[in-house]
Amino acid sequence: MFRFIVRRLLVAVVTLIVISLVTFGLFFAVPSSPAKVMCGKNCTAEDIAQVEERLGIRDPLPEQYANVVSGIFVGRTFGSGDFERECPAPCLGYSFRNDQPVTEIVTQRAPVTFSIVFGAAAIWILLGVTLGMISALRRGTVFDRLAIGVSLAGASMQVYFFGLILLYLLVYATGLLPFPTYTPLTENPAKWALGLLLPWMTLGFLNSALYARLSRAQMLETLSEDFVRTARAKGLPLRRVHTRHALRAAITPIVTIAGLDVGTALGGTFITETIFGLQGLGKATVEAVQFLNLPVVMATVLLAAIFIVIANIVVDVLYAVIDPRVRLS
Amino acid sequence: MSDMSHPPSLSLAGEPSEPVAEVNSPADTPVGPASRDIVGRSPGQLAWLRLRRDRTALLSAVTLVVAMIVALAAPLLKWLTGIDPTDKFVDRLNDFGMPLGYAGGISADHLLGLEPGSGRDILMQLLYGLRTSLFIAFVSALLASLIGVAVGIVAGYARGWLDSLINWFIDVTLAFPFLIFALAVIPIVEDRFFTEREAPPPSFRIALIVATFGLFSWTYTARLVRGQVISLREREFVDAARAAGAGTGHLLVRQFLPNIWAPILVTLSLNVPQFIAIEAALAFVNIGVTEPTPDLGRMIYNSIGYVASDPWYTLFPGLTIFILVLAFNLFGDALRDALDPRSTR
Repeated sequence: MFRFIVRRLLVAVVTLIVISLVTFGLFFAVPSSPAKVMCGKNCTAEDIAQVEERLGIRDPLPEQYANVVSGIFVGRTFGSGDFERECPAPCLGYSFRNDQPVTEIVTQRAPVTFSIVFGAAAIWILLGVTLGMISALRRGTVFDRLAIGVSLAGASMQVYFFGLILLYLLVYATGLLPFPTYTPLTENPAKWALGLLLPWMTLGFLNSALYARLSRAQMLETLSEDFVRTARAKGLPLRRVHTRHALRAAITPIVTIAGLDVGTALGGTFITETIFGLQGLGKATVEAVQFLNLPVVMATVLLAAIFIVIANIVVDVLYAVIDPRVRLS
Repeated sequence: MSDMSHPPSLSLAGEPSEPVAEVNSPADTPVGPASRDIVGRSPGQLAWLRLRRDRTALLSAVTLVVAMIVALAAPLLKWLTGIDPTDKFVDRLNDFGMPLGYAGGISADHLLGLEPGSGRDILMQLLYGLRTSLFIAFVSALLASLIGVAVGIVAGYARGWLDSLINWFIDVTLAFPFLIFALAVIPIVEDRFFTEREAPPPSFRIALIVATFGLFSWTYTARLVRGQVISLREREFVDAARAAGAGTGHLLVRQFLPNIWAPILVTLSLNVPQFIAIEAALAFVNIGVTEPTPDLGRMIYNSIGYVASDPWYTLFPGLTIFILVLAFNLFGDALRDALDPRSTR
């Protein structure tokens, strides 16, 4: 187990280095000078040089990359003389747009995205798996047919369309819910939940369609396996066979997919955030991209990659915990 | 499922009386009087028969064919109605830029109404948007399949370090946050080739989107093909071909490819709706196809501000994408069931 985790971590580190290199290469090798954009029209070559110095983009590219990486771990100093400023340990640079430290932007935006994702994931996993399991156990009944139909349609529905439908129906047409806002959980839990209910429903319902399909298929496959028959033959009550034996085996692949989905979503639910005007990581990326605000873009892309890589490891370990047939080696 | 355990005669007797049971069963035993004669059929013909008998497949195929014909015939419809997608019917809008009349300005001239603000005809925008969507999705899916098949065959056939290297490369590609990366890469690459003064032509943006989709979505096909090739290369017919003096090229193209086209086709057909959805998602955050090229995702994005006052503007492009994606998904599923009767949903 320990060796497995260490090996996975090593692979993860190499993967992250490659991703950071590619991201850096793509984003910082662009010829148009961000300093020119920042400085405005009436800038002399000297001014531009000064801005470039402050942004730390005057050095040759390999050196820049080294500076970026070391900045993340030990911090770095930008500029020199009067313009010198210290950027402490997890330093991700400064926004080209308003000079805000990127670390600050990320820590401001991340709680919004996290709140959206974890709330929605709770809905889609619980609702989806429950629906799928009931469907599988009552295969062929009206409930099953209805669930299949709804989940089939739901799996082809798009977040941007569904979100706007919910927004129209629940906010504009009936006024049942307020327009989504973000209030920190620590400030007012009730307001936090009420403000995020709409994005939770949007992402939660849509994804639960996928999970219902998936868990139904998994459960049906598991129910026809030998160990389920054995459990029944031993005389175990049906309920126990379904929950303790079949469910446990059927849920393993779902955990994998759920883990990866959550990991991907943590990098930014940019469509949901755009629909509801929530200032999360996704919205930050979308805005930064439009202004070619490279430090912010690089930070969010890297962060998203880190979430995916971590999710991969967590899923692998969970796999062994849930499914007794899996051994890590 | 339990169908495989039935003796053929049993299912033959049971099927004609209860057609509903066919929904989940492959039903590859011929039905009707013709079944008395024994006819030799290739796997391809069998799959075609199964597909034709599947009502969902038929319905989704009809929907898709209609969508494609409509998309192809869009210039004809433009000529017939005399409405260009970029025509602005500002005289049909009120002082606030909202379309006059009911349901977003639906009238005999403008069957689906007008866009609030710009006053463009929604139907024409939809038809031309459909062209954009389908074109990008098909070309991207083809590109992804081509790369995936090539890489997968090489990895599966080569073994050793090349296989490990490709596998690792696939792992890294999978770890890229695709949507966010696509979102970030497209404007930045564009900036590399174009300055602020000369705006890039829409075709450049389209090419960029297709390239990004293709370069990041071949991994699934590659994995699939690699697995198939690994299991195929140990089979007797491959040994026989090798013993007969066949070269690597012959083995790859003439021996392996005909045996793995079915799953490739299924992946390809299921990739198309995904690309339609992702392309619209990119357009939704303003990184998709640029004006004046009509685009379904951008229409929805533009409609956000009008959801309260003119929900019809959201409804039409949203429904179009939904129906398109649903039909492609259903057809892809049906195709998989037809090509691989043992697969369970």
